[in-house]
Amino acid sequence: MSTAARGSAAPWFGSQAARWRSWAPASLAVAVLCAVAASADPYLHATAARMLPLAVLAASVAVVTGHAGLPTLAQVAPYAAGAYTTARLALAGVDLALLHLLAAAAAGAALAGLLGVVLVRHRGTVVLMLSLAAAELTATTAAQWRSVSGGTDGLAGIPAPRLLPGLPPLLADRAVLLYAAAVAIAATAAAVILLGGNRQMLLAAVRGNEARAAASGHRVYAYLWAVHTGAGALAGTGGALLIHTHRWITPADVGFTTAALALLAVVIGGATSLPGAAAGAVAVLTVRDVAAADLPGHAPLLLGALFVAAVYLLPGGLTALPHRLHRQRILPTRLRRQRHQDLPAGSGAARPAVRSTP
Amino acid sequence: MDAYLIPAVDGVAYGLLLAIAAAGLTVAFGAGGVLNLAHGTLIAAGGYVAAATSSGTWTGLVLAVLAATVAGAAGGGVLAAATAALRGRGHLDQALLTFGLALAGGDLLTTVYGPDTLRPRLPAVLQATVTVGGHRYPVDRLAVLGIAVVVCAAGYVLLHRTRAGRLVRATVDDRAMVAGIGVNPRLVDASVLVTAGALAGLAGALSTPILGVGPGTADTVLLLSLIVVVCGRLGSVPGAVAAALAVGVVQTLGVTTFPTVAPYLLTGAMAAVLLARRTGLPAQARP
Repeated sequence: MSTAARGSAAPWFGSQAARWRSWAPASLAVAVLCAVAASADPYLHATAARMLPLAVLAASVAVVTGHAGLPTLAQVAPYAAGAYTTARLALAGVDLALLHLLAAAAAGAALAGLLGVVLVRHRGTVVLMLSLAAAELTATTAAQWRSVSGGTDGLAGIPAPRLLPGLPPLLADRAVLLYAAAVAIAATAAAVILLGGNRQMLLAAVRGNEARAAASGHRVYAYLWAVHTGAGALAGTGGALLIHTHRWITPADVGFTTAALALLAVVIGGATSLPGAAAGAVAVLTVRDVAAADLPGHAPLLLGALFVAAVYLLPGGLTALPHRLHRQRILPTRLRRQRHQDLPAGSGAARPAVRSTP
Repeated sequence: MDAYLIPAVDGVAYGLLLAIAAAGLTVAFGAGGVLNLAHGTLIAAGGYVAAATSSGTWTGLVLAVLAATVAGAAGGGVLAAATAALRGRGHLDQALLTFGLALAGGDLLTTVYGPDTLRPRLPAVLQATVTVGGHRYPVDRLAVLGIAVVVCAAGYVLLHRTRAGRLVRATVDDRAMVAGIGVNPRLVDASVLVTAGALAGLAGALSTPILGVGPGTADTVLLLSLIVVVCGRLGSVPGAVAAALAVGVVQTLGVTTFPTVAPYLLTGAMAAVLLARRTGLPAQARP
């Protein structure tokens, strides 16, 4: 059958199917969250709530890595900025959660904007290298700047936030979980909506053929910088959640391991899918914490093995898995092309836009 | 005078060690496109093997250096096999793979050798100090400096005066042309990774008497090597050597002269180099 004959129906069906598939991990995550919140075990509530900051951080890494096409480890910097801003506000007596979130997002955006000036001018592994340096610098700064961070001892006993003035502080494990889940889902959904429509097309164009996008008059650096800065706001929000769920922070919480975990979550979840990355973060932490009980002190070994397995077994991440399974069968060309957009930039950049029928 | 001269000589010795370590990293990236994030782990492995093998005798010392080099080469072989399977999947996947191997390898090293900082047992002669031109200086550092100079000189001769070295440089410049003259570029990639691993193991063995080797070694050395490689332009060995010397001197003089800003000096210098070089880095445009 010719491509043109199916052309009218395929794009709608394709984009709709892709959208549903990208939300599938999110729906699963929400279902799991509801089940956890409904259970009676406060330990389970606390454990689940403490996974959510990393889920938000992973979503922000997915924005930069998948949508802007810049593989980054540097999102821990705005994450740290958000976390320390929140911690300092809370210790200074400001305890309104919304104020914390806004201040943390602003701090994250500011720092990411600063880093973005350098990072968006480079591509590929050079970005990875530069962002590695940025991640190391974040941990160094957090350890050195004693007056703000408390040095390597960190900050403990941070007061719990309040949702509204007059309400009791958020201390109960189930309440913290529901609050953190609401913030994480709202922030991720906002990022997904902001990255939809024309912006998604523009970013796909920049990733696919940067020279051509620039030649068509698009200000590539400006777009990428804006995305990087916005992702910084998302990471800063994650940092605020870190303080709200843990109520202590050490430089190790915003160090290299956290950056690596977030990037691993993105690799597993599929680079362009924010819900996928968030679900990937929860999956990674679950595997690490469940298996850590059997292998105490060997989290890096386990994470390393996961990394290697993810690279070999899941090119394109979990969200690309249905696509890869489908590719074995005969599919309409237009549908295939639609799905190629789900793949990360590195794997799709050199692919021809039009291919012959199967 | 001693306050500056001694750190400066230390810096040159450290810089030469970094140059040995970073030369392999930069060639592996330039030729095969493998950004080897497990490089620091190979260096740490060399250091651990050397520290554990050394016995305080001269024979033990030679054995330790040889064992470290062989361990590094074996690690390089593992990396070559692991990354060869990912051919055609882009730099990022290879970087992620080596990163995963680095995490796992670092964990294994700490499990085998323990969480303490290890130092090799050297022959008594090397643990003394000598007076050169009125300045007292430890013999082991002087020996490391001497060996590092010899290794760098040998590396230069190998890279510029032998057929193998010319093939490696040709692969960095133009893979297709190397394939055209009947040499499989993948063979060059694999041998570069193995050689780079051997150099990393050697650098690890040479640096343990001065710095010791511990759980933090891999990360620190990887970061320093990456700064060296970026500042010296990816794929360029002379650039890497020059950058390594600068990094070594900044690292040692900076720590004694401006202790508060020392942690930021290097990353600041790298950012400055990258900003000054607005056109970007040469090797990144290749698929």
